[in-house]
Amino acid sequence: MRFLKHMINIALPKGRLGEKVYETFEAAGYGCPALKEGGRRLIFENEETGVRYFWVKPSDVAIYVERGAADIGVAGKDILLEYTPDVYELCDLGVGKCRMAVAAKNGFRYDAGKTLRVATKFVNIARTFYNEQSRDIDIIKLNGSIELAPILGLSDVIVDIVETGTTLKENDLSVVETIVPISARLIANKVSYKFYNDAITALAAKMAELTAQRAETK
Amino acid sequence: MDIMKENPGSEGAVFALRDLYSRYGYARFKMSKFEEYDLYARNKSFLRGDSIITFTADGGRLMALRPDVTLSIVKNARDGSETKKVYYTENVYRESKGSHEISEIMQVGLECIGEIDLYQTGEVILLAVQSLATIGENYILDISHMGFLSALLDEAGAEGDVRDALIGCIRDKNAHGIAAVCKDAGIADDACARLTTAATLYGPFAEAIGKLRAISVGKAENDALDELEAVHAVLEAAGCAEHVNLDFSTVNDMSYYNGIILSGFIEGIPDAVLAGGRYDNLLAKMGKEGGAIGFAVYLDLLERYNTPERGFDADILLLYDEDTDAVALTRAVKMLGESGKTVRAQRRVPEGFRCRQLLAMKDRGLEILETHD
Repeated sequence: MRFLKHMINIALPKGRLGEKVYETFEAAGYGCPALKEGGRRLIFENEETGVRYFWVKPSDVAIYVERGAADIGVAGKDILLEYTPDVYELCDLGVGKCRMAVAAKNGFRYDAGKTLRVATKFVNIARTFYNEQSRDIDIIKLNGSIELAPILGLSDVIVDIVETGTTLKENDLSVVETIVPISARLIANKVSYKFYNDAITALAAKMAELTAQRAETK
Repeated sequence: MDIMKENPGSEGAVFALRDLYSRYGYARFKMSKFEEYDLYARNKSFLRGDSIITFTADGGRLMALRPDVTLSIVKNARDGSETKKVYYTENVYRESKGSHEISEIMQVGLECIGEIDLYQTGEVILLAVQSLATIGENYILDISHMGFLSALLDEAGAEGDVRDALIGCIRDKNAHGIAAVCKDAGIADDACARLTTAATLYGPFAEAIGKLRAISVGKAENDALDELEAVHAVLEAAGCAEHVNLDFSTVNDMSYYNGIILSGFIEGIPDAVLAGGRYDNLLAKMGKEGGAIGFAVYLDLLERYNTPERGFDADILLLYDEDTDAVALTRAVKMLGESGKTVRAQRRVPEGFRCRQLLAMKDRGLEILETHD
């Protein structure tokens, strides 16, 4: 017998995307006033609506959700493709839109006779993409400033997130091909989904509804 | 449940589950820790994860530490109509889901191989429900049906990469993903809608079956639903239907599994603790006749569940020195232990050691140095 209602734990990605998504949660009736007060607190609760929020590094959201520390969370499709966590993907939130793309120096041409050197943060995505084309590649894992790699001759191409393309343009780089469009997704722990099904499906349905409304007004 | 109360965690679960399975006449099956690697190489997609620990045995044969028990049992099963019911408690060596490192996982499970009729199917599912009830207070058993899903995918004309992509989306309950894949592949809207309904459906049996009937057009789907309904009737008769839900997001490899799929969950454990299903196709692949159904319970997940934090390392820590008489000390330990308390005797207090009572062995008898409660 459980007397306490289970609070739904929500992992939000730190930063602009997380703040934007929180506004949707608020509009859906899952607000938590304490969240906007700032300060050094890490966890924010609203007992009335039965939710508890916490901010984590965007690339960690999927880990928190997969391991059940969060029941639901918001993660970019890039993270889901890269780490393939075993979670439910309940809704495309339609924000944080960008694309995963291959980019290279302007005028670059594939040379099928050579191993392609690919610099990227997204090793898994790059490998899967080129495996499907049966192309021989050499992956160079970098943690930031990926655009530098082709300029300095470290790699032939890069696989990275492209939002507006400004950084690429300013460095004489351009997109060669798009791998997949990216946006933020509402994800859920598979076991939480079963035990707190009513609460999670109600929340997901409201989020989907608001997302659809916003898409219409655009 | 009583055994579990006395021995929380995985050890108690092993005893309780063994007891449960033998009450239904399942026989213990013990096997070697390793098999020829070839067995796993030939059935790679039956296994969860790719990594296997291998080593070379006499004569250069490549052996593997067992990543799975079912393959060994099926390999050793004789042909024929004789029905074999076995259970096992074994360690397997395979990738753990979170870390992707190979670890030792303790597994208890059962297999029913041979003539699988409605009763046998019902009995295995009933035992799955009871296994969960043994381990945890709040539990759910999800049932899926591969026959139903593959019929839906066939009707949608999904093959090859498209089929794989759709299965991936169904597994993630990813409705927007299904819509996108169907659109790219030119799959008709009504087929897409059926797949979405099946993927996102979740809930108690009776309610869910109605929704599934509404989207079933072909014979294969209705046959699968008939089987599910018949099984549900058996579970109801056994008083086990309450915690059983339908969920088609559990998708196993279709080249091995063909009918009902089981996955079990306990509130508070973030991953499935029970998995199994009907795997006639595996038998056929190994050139054997008959059907098979079974499941395994993963006990490594119970480690952090329901086991109280150990407040004290021992009830009593008894200190002595180089002058203490060993015979007198032995008597003292025995006497203190007779009251049911745990006693640890040594010369110095180990670092970070916590005990309820710290005693010292002195010439005139036992002296209480500290008491904590």
